[in-house]
Amino acid sequence: MTELYEMTAWQLAEALEKGHTSSVDITRSVIKRIEAVEELIHAYVTAAPERALEMAKEADMKRARGASNKLLGIPIAIKDNMCMKGHRTSCGSRILSNFVPPYDATVVSAMKEAGMVILGSCNMDEFAMGSSTETSFWGPTRNPWDRDRTPGGSSGGSAAAVSAGEAVVSVGSDTGGSIRLPASFCGVCGMKPTYGAVSRYGLVAYASSLDQIGPFGKDVRDLALLLNVLCRHDPKDSTSVPRQHPDFTTVLDAPVAGMKIGLPREFFSKLDHPDVERVMKEAQRVFHGLGIRFVELSLPYLDYGIAAYYIIAPCEASSNLARYDGVKYGHRAADFSNMIDMYRYTRAEGFGAEVKRRIMLGTYALSSGYYDAYYLKAAKVRTLITQDFKAAFKKCDAILCPVAPTPPFKLGEKIDDPIQMYLTDVFTIPVNMAGLPGLSLPGGLSADGLPIGIQLIAPHFEEARLIQLGAAYQRETDHHLARPSI
Amino acid sequence: MKYEAVIGLEVHAQLLTASKAFCSCTTKFGNVPNSNTCPICLGMPGVLPVFNKRALEFTVRMALACNCTINEISRFARKNYYYPDLPKNYQISQYELPLAEHGWIEIDEGNGTKKIGITRIHMEEDAGKLIHDETKAYSYVDLNRTGVPLIEIVSEPDMRTPEEAAAYLKALHSILVYLEICDGNMEEGSFRCDANVSLRPHGSKGLGVKTELKNMNSFRNVQKALQYEIDRQNEALASGEVVVQETRLFDPSTGATSSMRSKEQAHDYRYFPDPDLLPLKVSAEFVEQVRSELPELPMQKRNRFVEQYQLPRYDADVLTSSRLLADFFEKTTALYPQAKTVSNWVMTELLRLMKAANEDNPSRRVSPEMLADLLQLMDKGVVSGKMAKTIFEEMYDTGRDASSIVKEKGLVQVSDEDELRSLVRKALAENPKEVAKYLSGKTQLLGHFVGLVMKATRGKANPAIVNKLLLEELGKKA
Repeated sequence: MTELYEMTAWQLAEALEKGHTSSVDITRSVIKRIEAVEELIHAYVTAAPERALEMAKEADMKRARGASNKLLGIPIAIKDNMCMKGHRTSCGSRILSNFVPPYDATVVSAMKEAGMVILGSCNMDEFAMGSSTETSFWGPTRNPWDRDRTPGGSSGGSAAAVSAGEAVVSVGSDTGGSIRLPASFCGVCGMKPTYGAVSRYGLVAYASSLDQIGPFGKDVRDLALLLNVLCRHDPKDSTSVPRQHPDFTTVLDAPVAGMKIGLPREFFSKLDHPDVERVMKEAQRVFHGLGIRFVELSLPYLDYGIAAYYIIAPCEASSNLARYDGVKYGHRAADFSNMIDMYRYTRAEGFGAEVKRRIMLGTYALSSGYYDAYYLKAAKVRTLITQDFKAAFKKCDAILCPVAPTPPFKLGEKIDDPIQMYLTDVFTIPVNMAGLPGLSLPGGLSADGLPIGIQLIAPHFEEARLIQLGAAYQRETDHHLARPSI
Repeated sequence: MKYEAVIGLEVHAQLLTASKAFCSCTTKFGNVPNSNTCPICLGMPGVLPVFNKRALEFTVRMALACNCTINEISRFARKNYYYPDLPKNYQISQYELPLAEHGWIEIDEGNGTKKIGITRIHMEEDAGKLIHDETKAYSYVDLNRTGVPLIEIVSEPDMRTPEEAAAYLKALHSILVYLEICDGNMEEGSFRCDANVSLRPHGSKGLGVKTELKNMNSFRNVQKALQYEIDRQNEALASGEVVVQETRLFDPSTGATSSMRSKEQAHDYRYFPDPDLLPLKVSAEFVEQVRSELPELPMQKRNRFVEQYQLPRYDADVLTSSRLLADFFEKTTALYPQAKTVSNWVMTELLRLMKAANEDNPSRRVSPEMLADLLQLMDKGVVSGKMAKTIFEEMYDTGRDASSIVKEKGLVQVSDEDELRSLVRKALAENPKEVAKYLSGKTQLLGHFVGLVMKATRGKANPAIVNKLLLEELGKKA
């Protein structure tokens, strides 16, 4: 018999509506699963099962009083960089290892409003800087498909939790691929919405102009449900775009025949992994079968995506992370003889190597005399990348490309080689640079039985188109039904 | 060689908005430390700024009053530096694209006026305050002021003397207060000034090495610090030394400046556009709306007062030094149209009492109607000028009107000729010696006789009538 924790949010919602189960039962099932496998996976930094059960009871009471929205009573996990009042939010870092926010992030408020059950906060690369969840102060998360491999990052905990049944759905944040890569590595669905679609208020900032919160789920239908809760204008975030978002569930069964998908030459020419190539070919065949036509595209500036990203993101990070100084909250060094030493020791102890590397990169690039050559140049490249995509979308409705160059790599494989680690995000970073929505879907398994994702990219605020294409793809395939055996 | 000074000023003015620049905390001064704070101004992880529209409106007011070009698109930038009074360790400011540029204001100079260029006006947020207790090994941080909106007004290096600098500063101050966007309090720090000063040979067009002066919390100190610095640089150049580019701190107790940090030690603020705030668009309609609501500015009002009320320039200057005072004058003059008389009363009596009471609102204790009534009582001869002054003091102290004070104190002037004539006769009869002296030519004794009658009436006699009657009675004796 299928356990409750194995079901999708959509299936659970229907069971709840019919009165076949309760939020408390679902939450208990998930908590039991967490107790069983968490030690093997380490998806969570701070799980809060007791509070989750309280929330589940409340959700059941609301339902008894007649409330009926789809996600009422569905357990969700958040990422450790989303502030939740009274819940430790460490951002995977020692420097915030004792930080308990006095306020809720807007997405957390939205989940509470929807009556969702918040299970706890998931592991992540420290300050979301990394592609493997190995830079976390709390130790790495393991890939449920192969525990010697990484779940991808930085939202590795959120992806692994859904993959391993430790959460029904979850949210992550994506600055250069941090939702799409772990979704690909863990065999689940993940979407980075358009920059400005989801409020960043309460998301501990890494690179403010790139960060975006988005959902993880076992299938595209669950993503649609979550997008309905996440996508909304927030007056507390000046970069949140005031607009009316559609009901994303209305496009789930819409036909896609006649749509055009673009294949960027620059991306496909880089493929040198046979399994990834095979998965991409198969995906094209599936879409072809759905009545979709393909156009070949050239987006020459995409090649500069990583270079420009590793200027802009560290520049913003160097400023965003300046506030962690031991004065107001978080870790403070125990021994110091003056203020400057307090700053220095606190930050030396509080931040890990990758965070320090990026703070130094950014500080250097913003320094007087270097600003024009680095930051300004990178900003111009960013504009060119955006223009490349805009031109491409005149020829097609969406773009298909890989999420990552390889299936999940081994723990420790790239952690000492930052450049190799950075190159993992070659297909995801340009999407953040242009602020576009990107969807990561399970596309099949490697010869070793490891998940490989495919990526669909749409024009700004066309999340519904991604949902429509993704749902059509999942009607024809069953890659999303594959589960790791743990 | 003779040198001339080149001076430019950077003024920070705190805006009188009810809430902070990027969150909804109150800006009220003097609350319990750290009570005017929220996660946003405390720089908690994850918070985001949302710009206060009112601060924009106030800045546009100032920009228009300073004849600036307002940039349709401006940007907020982060100024990065570490200090415990700055919770985010960066200040939201404007750098490459300020709100307004290329303006000017006029200052009085000799017989004419001089234009001082305004390089830029930009918006930023204030920092908090550190409180040091020397008996303790730590300091206190008060973040109530953190995030209060500021504007920075940067002048061109157009001033040549400390006096010009002070005149410019006063003119800016007066505009800010007129616009009701800043309370102008230099001691509490809501109006602050840094100065840049360098010397160059007379007639030269180039610029010498400048020093930046800080910590001058009054107009007088700005002038003193500049004079000290000009003298110091003059001496240095005269003895063949070079002036070093540096920041110098003014010490009000010694009147001297001393080196604070050199150019090499200057911060690299690593400015870059704040990614949390979108480029700020200011529409032409918004600017026109603000322009249409601008009040008359100090200089315009001064000129109008000279023309419309035929006042001396000095009177107009004093009366328009504050908008409230000017309004008081105009309202009083509307009721009592002898402008010069009103001006005299406002400039001497009213200002004296306001100063004594440390009050800057003239209408808080007396109204223009009350002053006009008093002046009319004087004209009708009900009270003498001297009595009027006493009555005015009483009015100012108690807030009561002139008539009721006159009635209560029996201060009505005695103008009854019969009554006064008998007092005059009595005074002359009781002082035959003085009368004889008067008659023999010592006419200055008339004042003595007036005094006697005034004394007999306890000051209530109408002096003009007493004078007239004395001359008549003494004439009869001649």
